[in-house]
Amino acid sequence: MIAVTRTFIARPIAFLAIIMAGLSVAGCGINAIPTEEQQAKAAWSEVQSQYKRRSDLIPNLVSSVKGFADQEKSVLTEVTKAREQTTNIQLPPDILTNPEAMKKFQDAQATLSGALGRLMAVVERYPDIKSGQNFLALQSELAGTENRIAIARRDYIEAVRRYNTEISTFPGRLWKMALYPQAKEMATFEVSPEEQKVPKVDFSKP
Amino acid sequence: MAGAPNAARSFTLHNEHRALARAMLLLLFVVLLAFFAPAFAEPVYPQLSGRVTDEAGLLTPQDKAEIEKALADLEQTSTDQLAVVTVKSLQGYPIEDFGVGLGRKWGIGQKGKDNGVLLIVAPNDRKVRIEVGRRLEPFMTDTMSSLIIQNAILPKFRRGDFAGGIKDGIRDIKSVLLGDAEEVKRRAAGGRTTQDDPSDMMNLFIFLLIFAFIVWINYRQSQVVQSGVPGSRRRGGGVVIIPGGSGSWGGGWSGGGDSGGGWSGGGGDFGGGGASGSW
Repeated sequence: MIAVTRTFIARPIAFLAIIMAGLSVAGCGINAIPTEEQQAKAAWSEVQSQYKRRSDLIPNLVSSVKGFADQEKSVLTEVTKAREQTTNIQLPPDILTNPEAMKKFQDAQATLSGALGRLMAVVERYPDIKSGQNFLALQSELAGTENRIAIARRDYIEAVRRYNTEISTFPGRLWKMALYPQAKEMATFEVSPEEQKVPKVDFSKP
Repeated sequence: MAGAPNAARSFTLHNEHRALARAMLLLLFVVLLAFFAPAFAEPVYPQLSGRVTDEAGLLTPQDKAEIEKALADLEQTSTDQLAVVTVKSLQGYPIEDFGVGLGRKWGIGQKGKDNGVLLIVAPNDRKVRIEVGRRLEPFMTDTMSSLIIQNAILPKFRRGDFAGGIKDGIRDIKSVLLGDAEEVKRRAAGGRTTQDDPSDMMNLFIFLLIFAFIVWINYRQSQVVQSGVPGSRRRGGGVVIIPGGSGSWGGGWSGGGDSGGGWSGGGGDFGGGGASGSW
C-alpha cells in the first residue's frame, strides 16, 4: 500500500522534471535578460576603465609640455581642471538606469576631451616639444586611448540597445513580467552627430 | 427583415478588424525595426583569404609566400595570430574603425586569448594601422606599434616599396611579440577558457539537477518493483530523458587550426589597441 502511494508521488515529480528539462533545453530565452544585462554592465565597466586610463595619462602629458610659453599656460590649466572635474564626479550606483547621472558623467568627459584636443593643437606650434621621444610616446598612448574610448562607448551603446530591446519586445517582455520585474531600461550615451553619420567618400584625395 | 441593422453591424465589425489589423501590423513593423536596425553603418569588409589578404594587389606571389611563412612560424611558437590585409579603399571610414571591425569580424587571435594582430595597409588612402588584440595590448603597446609604423613601415612605403615595408613591419612585430621568451611561453599555454559565459554554467547546473532527479526517480521506481507488492503495476521502464544539445554548450572549437590553406581566425577580440600612420 505504501509502495503504491510512492509511485503516485513519484509521478508528478517526474512530470515536473520533464517540463523543466523541456524548458532548459528549448533555449526559450529565460536567461536572455540577465545575460544581456551582464553584458551591458561589462561594456560599461570597459567604458569606465578606458576613461580612467585617459585620466591617468594626463599628469605625464602635462609634465611633458611644461616648456610652454606663458600665454599657453591657460590650456594646461584647462586640461588639469577638466580632469579634476571628471575624477570628482560622484557616480551613483544606479548610474546605468539613471539618464541624468549618465548625462553628467558624459558632459564632464566631453569637456575633458575638448580641453585635450586644444592642448594637442597648441603643441603643434612647439617643434621641440612635439619631436621629443617622451611626448611622442605619450601622444600615441593618448591617441590609442581615445580610440579605445570610442570603441568601448560604441560597444556599450550596442549592448544597451540589445538589453533594452530584449526587455521591451515580445518573449523578453513576458520573462520580465514573470521573473525580472526589477529590470529597467538602461541609459545610453547620446551619440554625437559626427559619430553617427555615414562617412562620405572623398575622391579628391590622392 | 433585419437586413439593414445586420449590414450596419457587420460594417462596424469589419472596421474594427481593420483597425486591429493595422495596429498589429504597426507593432510588427516596430518590432522588426528594433531587431534589424543596425546601430552603426558598417563598411563592406574584404573576404578573409588566408594570413595574407592582398585585396589591393601590392605583393608578388613570392612576397606573399614569404610573409605567410613568417606568420605561420609566429603562430607555431606563440599561438599569436598575425594577419596582413591590404585594402583598395577604406570606404570613407577612419582606419581605426575599419581595423577594429575587421579584426572582430575575422576573429583574428585565439578565443579567450585575444592574441591577434592585424596589419592593415590602405595604399589609396595612404594609411596604415597595426590593430592589436585585447590581451596583447600590454606587450604590443600603442607606443611600440607607433614606433614600428614610423621607423620600419613608413620610410619604405614613402618610397613606394610596399612589400619591403610590410616585411619589415612583420619582422618588428614578431620580435616584439617574441621578445620575452618566458612571457611567450606563458601566453602560449594560457587558458582558452578564461571567458566562460555564466549562462553556460547555469545551463550545466540545471542539466545536472534534472539528471539527478531522473536518476533518483528511476532508483525509487526500481525499489518499488523490488518490493514486489502484489497489484502494483510496473510502469514501463521508468523515465529516461536525454536532453539534446541546447546549442549554447559544447561549442568553442572554432578555428585556430592552420591545416593547409583554409586558415581562419580563432575568435579573438579587439578593443582598439594599436596605432595608425599615414604617408
